[in-house]
Amino acid sequence: MTRRFTAGLCMALVALLILFDQAETPLNPYHAPPAFAFGSGQVVTGGFCAALPQ
Amino acid sequence: MTAATTEIAATRGAVPKRVALVVGALVLIAALSLFGGLRYGLLLAVGLGIGITFESLRFGFAGPWRAMILRREPAGLLAQLLAIALVSVVAFPLLAGHPGELSGAAAPIGWAMIGGAFVFGAAMQVVLGCGSGTLVNAGSGNPVSLLALPFFAIGSFVGAYGLIWWTSLGALPVLVLSGTGGLIVTLAGLAVIAAVALALATPGTRRIPGRLVLAAVLLAAFAVANLVISGQPWGVVYGLGLWVAKAAVAAGADLSSSAFWSAPSNAALVHQSLLTDVTSLTNLGLIGGAFLVAAWRQGGLSQPLPKLPARAWVATVVAGFLLGFSSRLAFGCNVGAFFSGVSTGSLHGWVWFVAAFAGAFLGIRLRPVLGLEART
Repeated sequence: MTRRFTAGLCMALVALLILFDQAETPLNPYHAPPAFAFGSGQVVTGGFCAALPQ
Repeated sequence: MTAATTEIAATRGAVPKRVALVVGALVLIAALSLFGGLRYGLLLAVGLGIGITFESLRFGFAGPWRAMILRREPAGLLAQLLAIALVSVVAFPLLAGHPGELSGAAAPIGWAMIGGAFVFGAAMQVVLGCGSGTLVNAGSGNPVSLLALPFFAIGSFVGAYGLIWWTSLGALPVLVLSGTGGLIVTLAGLAVIAAVALALATPGTRRIPGRLVLAAVLLAAFAVANLVISGQPWGVVYGLGLWVAKAAVAAGADLSSSAFWSAPSNAALVHQSLLTDVTSLTNLGLIGGAFLVAAWRQGGLSQPLPKLPARAWVATVVAGFLLGFSSRLAFGCNVGAFFSGVSTGSLHGWVWFVAAFAGAFLGIRLRPVLGLEART
């Protein structure tokens, strides 16, 4: 067995994750944020490893 | 058929495959931009770029630390420091000029944070994959990283679940270097580490190969792009925990008893698409970028899988969980805490580096004991 199997398995799992995600919470292009946070005037709200919840 | 004819045939066969890989990646970016928003498509592209950089130029964190500790070869570590310095030169002025739109990787130094960084440093040497490295290695078909990754995600979810309690064990206020003075101190600190590494280096190893210089420059460019596009620095661990949180909620779990996951900002993200979460997008990009490079290379996926003893696979599961759990307590892994923390002025990034590097000595000793150095 080679890495072809494990790499393929990895990509299949990623595809499953995205399919599950889209079944649960589909994307909504009408809620899209500005392309760049820089210059948007909006406060950053994304989740990040270093951030403690307020 | 001669060897030369076989090689020509293989090269001809590789061209349509490579075209398909590039077209596939572009289609995914375009589809996400169209159905989710341009920001998300750009972040996926950034993640793909980072994954391609890591895999094609053999840039990493765990391997270079091992090389420095075992063989006193500082090239990889110096490349990391170079990348961090390049990001900080751009990020410090950006953060100072746009305090609401952009945020750094600021986190408090505390007992759990230091302990978490030490454990992370040990665990990343056991599986020879850090936060970014585990994603990249899994994408290129490394079976150890592929097994570690889901447990990394579970550990990240569990660590975040009790993060507030762990932090209450004792932590300083958030300490951040900022402005020109902060940038000078940061660059000086990086120079001191580089000088120590060079002083300890084995003669003849005191230079950074061109491929690692290129990787450092590219990585810095992608990290700055991540900051400008998303408003936050490059991270890994949050997204992995979010994947498990989302699955847990879908399975009927109630996360209201977790101060972390029930906080409004996190609860909102659990109920949104992962394709709108910054760290999830770049994580997926890292996996995909590494896969692209491995599939692109002639024979890149034909490497046989290693034959490891059962204890090695058990150790991989445990180490994978510890990678996720400890990096949440430490407010990030080698990316969120060390790379992004230091490059955006958070002092916890410096403490993380010292604690994790100390842990790496333990991890290097544990790796052969746990049977993870067997080869085919």
